[in-house]
Amino acid sequence: MSLDTDDIKSIAKLARLKIDEADVPLYATNLSNILDLVEHMNTVNTEGVVPMSHPLEVVQRLREDTVTESDQRDEFQRVAPATRDGLYLVPRVIE
Amino acid sequence: MSNFYQMTLAELSAMLQAGDVSSTELTEHFLSRIRQYDTALNSFITVVEDQAMMQAAAADKALNSGAAGPLTGVPIAHKDIFCTRGIKTSCGSKMLDSFISPYDATVVSKFKQAGVVTLGKTNMDEFAMGSSNETSFYGPVKNPWNTDTVPGGSSGGSAAAVASRLAPAATGTDTGGSIRQPAAMCGITGLKPTYGLVSRYGMIAFASSLDQGGPMAQTAEDCALMLNVMAGFDEKDSTSLEMGLPDYSAGLENSIEGLRIGLPREYFDEGLDNNVRAVIQTALDQYRGMGAELVEIELPNSGLSVPVYYVVAPAECSANLSRFDGVRYGYRCEDPVDLYDLYARSRGEGFGAEVKRRIMVGTYALSAGYYDAYYLKAQQLRHLISDDFKAAFENVDVIMGPASPGPAFNLGEKAEDPISMYLSDIYTIAVNLAGLPGMSVPAGFVDGKPIGLQIIGNYFEESRLLNVAHKYQQHTDWHRLIPEQYK
Repeated sequence: MSLDTDDIKSIAKLARLKIDEADVPLYATNLSNILDLVEHMNTVNTEGVVPMSHPLEVVQRLREDTVTESDQRDEFQRVAPATRDGLYLVPRVIE
Repeated sequence: MSNFYQMTLAELSAMLQAGDVSSTELTEHFLSRIRQYDTALNSFITVVEDQAMMQAAAADKALNSGAAGPLTGVPIAHKDIFCTRGIKTSCGSKMLDSFISPYDATVVSKFKQAGVVTLGKTNMDEFAMGSSNETSFYGPVKNPWNTDTVPGGSSGGSAAAVASRLAPAATGTDTGGSIRQPAAMCGITGLKPTYGLVSRYGMIAFASSLDQGGPMAQTAEDCALMLNVMAGFDEKDSTSLEMGLPDYSAGLENSIEGLRIGLPREYFDEGLDNNVRAVIQTALDQYRGMGAELVEIELPNSGLSVPVYYVVAPAECSANLSRFDGVRYGYRCEDPVDLYDLYARSRGEGFGAEVKRRIMVGTYALSAGYYDAYYLKAQQLRHLISDDFKAAFENVDVIMGPASPGPAFNLGEKAEDPISMYLSDIYTIAVNLAGLPGMSVPAGFVDGKPIGLQIIGNYFEESRLLNVAHKYQQHTDWHRLIPEQYK
């Protein structure tokens, strides 16, 4: 499996990662090599094998639908890059 | 100068209980060793002197009033992947360089409740993605046995700190070998528990179906003491297992006469360094001498574990690391022009190259049209890999082999070649895919570099692993050796 520089740019966009133009060819090489390694998976026929979701086959635990957390907004927002009046700030999204 | 640093957790604990030393003295001792040696090793990202001394004073009070537990007053270090309230928790990344955690990981709060003192936070590969500690934003850690070589990774800081006795023990996490491989390369004892035994709450997520925290210490006896604190059900972790737990120290002295040790043919093939093979063979002979029986076994799908891992781990990491958006916490780029720019530049500038590679591999593997070919296929193979172990454990009690195909490699040697780096975890990854417990135990040296014997157990067989490792450590002294310049 070989990825070219356009593939890298579109994957990077999906992943919301800004990649320097100069680094794109190296990522293309690295990712193609990783996918070549991964190709070995196709040497084994897995038709009918159940995909494993948890090593111990346990099912998702559910809890009562009750409030367990207290309001810690101020504390959590102390580590935020930009807040005002209890709101997280982002660039304008609606003109 | 006292020699506290030469002592195990068990020995330090006994001295504390007997009143032969105070937690304050011990904590001062290790803090001073960190000041003396860590500039060269770089095993710590953050050292919390003031807080450690306060915790030590509180531990001394508890010891004097008879309210102490087995580990009260011993100082340890935490891998910087565990959230620590009020202390920087970086995960080895620029992304979290300014992150002061508002809460404690469950593992951290359990150690706090046990009266254990935190010395600081240890260096690691960025977001635990690496096998050499070279992907850390804070620079590589040096291996105390040979500072031209890597300590292994991703828990390389914890391994180096314990090997140089800057801390008597430390916590680590293991997603594909990140406790066992650095433990092997630094000559210490490390245990990766059964998936779900130790809470992942507050342990920054890399690949959630593989990540597991565990102890890194000098001896199996010390790992047992730590696991007694770390293990246990936690409702804050959705995959935590609800079950009764043994006292992991209780079975250490059990006889291993008649123990059936499985030797996977695939772990001793041509990929294994011959000198490492000789060291492992000597250890196996010693086990035979102790009454164990060696049985050749097969794990036919183990050759697929690295390819499978490099789908499952990147896929899960691309989902987990999507939370780093430059909005709620972590690094934020300067002057974003719009929301996309804020996300893409914050992430592009905040993550290092290896993390970006893995996020992109995972994004690709999970993208429309590729899910079945990659993620689904990998999860099917995971079942086959896991079934190999199930079949093997019908005939043997434990499985043994090397923890890593070679001794510690040189700094920079594999840094530019991701694939060769990935292959250094070839013997450890299958254990994570199957969710099994595994250990690495110091078993000798090649060219002055430590070699680890890996011991793999069936689900929840941590007690047996610790017993098997402890018996070996009663017959050998590899685990007691300290590199000359740190004495």
